[in-house]
Amino acid sequence: MGRGLGGRVTSGGSRDAVPGAGPPKMAVCIAVIAKENYPLYIRSTPTENELKFHYMVHTSLDVVDEKISAMGKALVDQRELYLGLLYPTEDYKVYGYVTNSKVKFVMVVDSSNTALRDNEIRSMFRKLHNSYTDVMCNPFYNPGDRIQSRAFDNMVTSMMIQVC
Amino acid sequence: MEAAGAAAAAAAAAAAGGGCGSGPPPLLLSEGEQQCYSELFARCAGAAGGGPGSGPPEAARVAPGTATAAAGPVADLFRASQLPAETLHQITELCGAKRVGYFGPTQFYIALKLIAAAQSGLPVRIESIKCELPLPRFMMSKNDGEIRFGNPAELHGAKVQIPYLTTEKNSFKRMDDEDKQQETQSPTMSPLASPPSSPPHYQRVPLSHGYSKLRSSAEQMHPAPYEARQPLVQPEGSSSGGPGTKPLRHQASLIRSFSVERELQDNSSYPDEPWRITEEQREYYVNQFRSLQPDPSSFISGSVAKNFFTKSKLSIPELSYIWELSDADCDGALTLPEFCAAFHLIVARKNGYPLPEGLPPTLQPEYLQAAFPKPKWDCQLFDSYSESLPANQQPRDLNRMETSVKDMADLPVPTQDVTSDDKQALKSTINEALPKDVSEDPATPKDSNSLKARPRSRSYSSTSIEEAMKRGEDPPTPPPRPQKTHSRASSLDLNKVFQPSVPATKSGLLPPPPALPPRPCPSQSEQVSEAELLPQLSRAPSQAAESSPAKKDVLYSQPPSKPIRRKFRPENQAAENQEPSTAASGPASAATMKPHPTVQKQSSKQKKAIQTAIRKNKEANAVLARLNSELQQQLKEVHQERIALENQLEQLRPVTVL
Repeated sequence: MGRGLGGRVTSGGSRDAVPGAGPPKMAVCIAVIAKENYPLYIRSTPTENELKFHYMVHTSLDVVDEKISAMGKALVDQRELYLGLLYPTEDYKVYGYVTNSKVKFVMVVDSSNTALRDNEIRSMFRKLHNSYTDVMCNPFYNPGDRIQSRAFDNMVTSMMIQVC
Repeated sequence: MEAAGAAAAAAAAAAAGGGCGSGPPPLLLSEGEQQCYSELFARCAGAAGGGPGSGPPEAARVAPGTATAAAGPVADLFRASQLPAETLHQITELCGAKRVGYFGPTQFYIALKLIAAAQSGLPVRIESIKCELPLPRFMMSKNDGEIRFGNPAELHGAKVQIPYLTTEKNSFKRMDDEDKQQETQSPTMSPLASPPSSPPHYQRVPLSHGYSKLRSSAEQMHPAPYEARQPLVQPEGSSSGGPGTKPLRHQASLIRSFSVERELQDNSSYPDEPWRITEEQREYYVNQFRSLQPDPSSFISGSVAKNFFTKSKLSIPELSYIWELSDADCDGALTLPEFCAAFHLIVARKNGYPLPEGLPPTLQPEYLQAAFPKPKWDCQLFDSYSESLPANQQPRDLNRMETSVKDMADLPVPTQDVTSDDKQALKSTINEALPKDVSEDPATPKDSNSLKARPRSRSYSSTSIEEAMKRGEDPPTPPPRPQKTHSRASSLDLNKVFQPSVPATKSGLLPPPPALPPRPCPSQSEQVSEAELLPQLSRAPSQAAESSPAKKDVLYSQPPSKPIRRKFRPENQAAENQEPSTAASGPASAATMKPHPTVQKQSSKQKKAIQTAIRKNKEANAVLARLNSELQQQLKEVHQERIALENQLEQLRPVTVL
């Protein structure tokens, strides 16, 4: 089962929680998973039970691993970072992205948000990756720590509230 | 203000007592606690309401239900208390804010007391409030600082954290004074100002230690910048400067950055600019940058910077956030402007400023680079002086001058001359700085480090000749002014040379063979010089060092070749050597005059003249000898001072933690 997804949910979630109203949300939940499959950062809009999102992200890790292994060694160079739709549920779709250092980004979006296109998801992941790189550049950040960067938070918030 | 505050506090306490039937036990606050609680509350409420100056007493007096502290500022306040989040949650619950849904005065005060309890290590419980009663001063009042001092490992202390600069400045002063003089400080700051101690939230700045130890000029730092910029604060500065540093020196763990914080406090006293880097700070940061990375135009790597900033004992998340703010290009390395911004933020945070949400505009690398093109330590200071002088930099230039005075004190004498010359240059370039400049210079020297600067300030008040001479000492830029005096002196020379030479010629100096004429000139010039010297000596015996070059120049009737002090002795000796020779030339000329049989009357007159000349020369000789001895004595004293300063510096050096 691995580690539980009891990761930190920032109180900033309460900031952007506008129950029901507001601009169409892009992502419902965004998570950054370390190489060892424990969460470095996980945030979801608290409209519903967060635990469900955590569980979803956790189960999606298996799919990510599957996709990574499916590519095989030979394709490591060509491996795309963007993994695409991991698995759809009736309410949500889960997208995945993995970096070269085996850090995974998982994004859960609302299925009803049909305006979302693949390109947009890719761009969102790219932004995530850039922000993550900036976090890594901070010498005070030890890889493997939880991500507590405000810039990263702000970027994720922007993703979760409005269109990128 | 204090009366009002006390009244308000009493009212607030009454209100608190009245309004606290909803749960927490009645609070008994001491007066100091009341005062600072009420002010804090007012600040939080005022910050929420956007009206800081609207009279905290009134706000406190208002019925508890109507006056509420907004959650935002309160949360910031609590977070700044450095307590773990769970503790803060507990406190929030206990104080009843969660129950009632807002932070009324009651809840706020209880929360503050609980925070104090938690910081002192007591469990967060209602009973703690009661237990704390004998200790309230421990947390809230001035004595907190002392107790905090006793804790070598921690640098916490009662300090007022006020996001307003003016009060921040006060808090800084407070720290100096052991918080005892806080109430007397800054009457202007009243409502927002610094409760004598503030709740445990904010970290005290023990900087003055490191600062004073590093620079030995803490005291002069305080009054100077304050006087420079904040005439309001002047009385405080003078009062706080003295005693403040002493107790703070007890603090064991000094860190260099704290000294910078003190500077920050000193210099960030602009009403709106906590994020503006002043000249002193800038130089300090640059210095630190150089210690890490000799080339000011390249980067400091992340790991190096991390080790460096970790010494500031800020928490890692805060440091991480500061890095995030300052590393604009997110490359994992800090250029000089980024480093300065980061350092400044650290200093600000140590002083209790909440970290900004974004990098302030004055800390942007472009701004910093434009405002302070990376100056090299010595020469470029002067370049940057002459560079663009936006209005907002002019006050900073004042600091620069002070800094240059103080910093240069460690450098050898010629550099000091450079400093003084720099001040001269500044005077010429910065118009409005002039009055402040001169006033600062005498004001700044207060301790040993500025002792060397003191003679300079004294010299400014002394004769213009001495000023001119001092300027003449500066190696880098031969100042134009000395030439005036030189010209004056030379004109005097010429006048006096010609005047006595007229009677001298009458007395027979003409008849002496052509070999002699050069000699009478020095003798005449010596007469002139002695005449000049006497008034000079009487005017400023202490500045004989400076007057001697005047004398020398007068003697030689030449434009000064930038005489340095150390030359004085040989010059003195040379003068003395010359005097006997001229004195000898006198009798020699007299002797040669005697065999002239042509006009014995003339010869007798000549004799008389020569004898008077001899007498005068001897007097001049004596005067010069006296002057010489005085100068040498002064030189010794100055040497001793310098040795003492160097010793101090050596003693202070091991203390710095780098």
